[in-house]
Amino acid sequence: MSDALLLFLPLIIPAAAAVIGLFLRSQCGLQAIIGVLGSAGMLIAGLLLVARADAVGVIATQSGMWEAPFGISLVADRLAAAMVSVGGLVAFAGAIYAWRDLADGKLGPYFVPLMQFLMMGVQGSFLTGDLFNMYVWFEVMLVASFVLLTLGNKRQQLEGALKYVILNILASSLFLIGAGLIYAKLGTLNMADVAVRLAHPEQADLVRTSGVLLLAAFGLKAGLFPLFFWLPSSYHTPRPVISAIFAGLLTKVGVYALMRTTTLTFAAKAPVLLELIYVISLLTMVSGVLGAAAHFDMRRILSFHIVSQIGYIILGLAMMTPIAIAGAIFYTLHHIVLKTNLFFVSGVVNYMRGTNDLARLGGLVKATPWISVIFFVSAFSLAGIPPLSGFWAKLAIVLAGLDLKAWGAVAVALGTGVLTLFSMTKIWAEVFWKEAPEDANTTDKRTGLWPMLVPCVLFMCITIGLGIWGGYVFAYAERAAEQLLNPREYIEAVLGAGALTTDVPGAGRVHP
Amino acid sequence: MSMLIALTVGVLFATGVFCLLRRCLMRLIIGLVLLGNAANLLVFSAGGLTTGVPAVIPSGETVAPAGAADPLPQALVLTAIVIGFGLIVFSITLIHRARAASGNDDVDAFIETDQL
Amino acid sequence: MKTKSLLFAQMPRVALPLILVLAAVTFYRGHHVPGGGFIGGLVGALAFILVALGQGTEVARKVMRVEPISLLWLGVGIALFSLILGFIGGDGGFHGLWLDEFMVPLIGKVHLGTPMLFDLGVFLTVMGFATKVGFGLQEDNL
Repeated sequence: MSDALLLFLPLIIPAAAAVIGLFLRSQCGLQAIIGVLGSAGMLIAGLLLVARADAVGVIATQSGMWEAPFGISLVADRLAAAMVSVGGLVAFAGAIYAWRDLADGKLGPYFVPLMQFLMMGVQGSFLTGDLFNMYVWFEVMLVASFVLLTLGNKRQQLEGALKYVILNILASSLFLIGAGLIYAKLGTLNMADVAVRLAHPEQADLVRTSGVLLLAAFGLKAGLFPLFFWLPSSYHTPRPVISAIFAGLLTKVGVYALMRTTTLTFAAKAPVLLELIYVISLLTMVSGVLGAAAHFDMRRILSFHIVSQIGYIILGLAMMTPIAIAGAIFYTLHHIVLKTNLFFVSGVVNYMRGTNDLARLGGLVKATPWISVIFFVSAFSLAGIPPLSGFWAKLAIVLAGLDLKAWGAVAVALGTGVLTLFSMTKIWAEVFWKEAPEDANTTDKRTGLWPMLVPCVLFMCITIGLGIWGGYVFAYAERAAEQLLNPREYIEAVLGAGALTTDVPGAGRVHP
Repeated sequence: MSMLIALTVGVLFATGVFCLLRRCLMRLIIGLVLLGNAANLLVFSAGGLTTGVPAVIPSGETVAPAGAADPLPQALVLTAIVIGFGLIVFSITLIHRARAASGNDDVDAFIETDQL
Repeated sequence: MKTKSLLFAQMPRVALPLILVLAAVTFYRGHHVPGGGFIGGLVGALAFILVALGQGTEVARKVMRVEPISLLWLGVGIALFSLILGFIGGDGGFHGLWLDEFMVPLIGKVHLGTPMLFDLGVFLTVMGFATKVGFGLQEDNL
């Protein structure tokens, strides 16, 4: 299969599935099958991409055969390929999980096409090599997510969506301004070309300005410290499958964009940005986990944990050493799987008992031991208990911190881990361990539960597998980190060998 | 000309932010529209502001005439305007719905999803 | 919601074919001169939205015959198909393919290709989207 087709497949498959899904909007059974097939196709395309990118390094193609930097390049290095396949995996699990809701008519005729459009936007943002094209993919993803968020048309959903929509449109404007300023200064939007032109020292003036603007835009989408308030107030309102996929994937698109732009362009020219990201990451961890400690609803607690875990990933990025970046990549992959699964479990609990309020739940250990096991594994992996995947992810970040003698960061990371454990124990004790309160609904609804359990079990196995055989994935993450820290390979794949006349300084090491 | 555009962008940003900080839902949307237009104008001006020279390469030549503006930012802005159109349509529908659901136009009425 | 003005109620039905021709012309000339699928689609949608404003959305839907959503998926489908055609022609994706120019009486030189097909997809998508939103907002049913 040619590289070009391989790079376009993750975009063409969801688009085709969305069109067919819209065509079949009156038959929800067929629609559900299309959703599963489309997502499976994305997963397979992603895995092929990983195999190819791992063998060759970076693969790139120019759409419309317009040479870079004039055309739009599609690029997949190891990080992008891994993100594409994990995205496909989450969509696949979500498509199976949605089977129950679709059959009950709770998602309506537009869920499947919208989800496929959302995935097209996500995969596009991972694969594009052009800053403005990334803006367009972000918007594709955003518009689809807006509609998905309000599918039920309940008051709470409209309220959550209001905050989500306003802040995200604001972030898009900032993104546009940042990209526009880069074009005004450098005359190019191709990220590889931006990196090349930035190698000339006189071009660096405006970089800091547009860097900060892009940091604000991506940071808002990723849920960084002062900009995360939309996240916990909207993610708990839609149907469980929608919030699970949002929780797993959407914030990671912001994180991916941050990783890509900082390592490729800004790190070398504006190290002050890295220091900013470093401080923000610590505040993000603390504020997220404290928010989680205060809440008493499963999905709200988990939403705040997204914020706090994003802090760890961004901390890895800010430290910019090979092991820190590898840790951040591993953390991202592990967290996508894990967080999606935790939201899946909260959806199962909601389906059985009709609520996610901790005070009105209880006794699930006796009632449904299997679901308890799934939650137990995921929750304690999130908190970083060995030998589950979360432990290795946190270990890599902490080791990187110790290497740099960043004692403050290590202390905050470990303290956040303890508080994460605390709020996970809170959910465990309230929902599963304690006796059900007397006025609570204890008649479990179990009919037709299996499509919701299949993805949960699948993801639990992946979490355990990542813990036990995580070495392979971590080695892959290290190879991906190497590519990020030495952008030469990426630039030459996009612009052709010999594009680099001067040496690109690469991402410098920063001592916080 | 540059000064005028710069001033316009500045005024649009200022009024946009001012509207965003109001408590009325409709002003929120107006603020977003103004901010979006300010961003578009900023990107548009990044291509250079000239008069009288079309940004088209005459037949037989290989480069654009001297003093022509860069057409790419104009194309980018066109895309951004189309996207902004879709977003604004959606948000107007959304506030219409939200207002109908809560019977209130005040942003402070929408705090339920943040409360403990 | 219907208008009380007799003129406004009757005028759109007369103007409808004219506006649709205008939309088609706008779309067709779009590849080399100002115009194109997006603007053409908006103009075309306007024809039906005017009918909806004049005589209510029921009449407008009847006049339109096709559901807005069907236009939407058809448009996206055509656009996607035109992109996939590019793979057959060359090794790069999304590559434009053109037929040779030929003469058609009354119209003149015609130059067809996949970018034109893509634009047709855009035309239908925009028309479907705009009529869907226009009708929906009027019926308060989106």
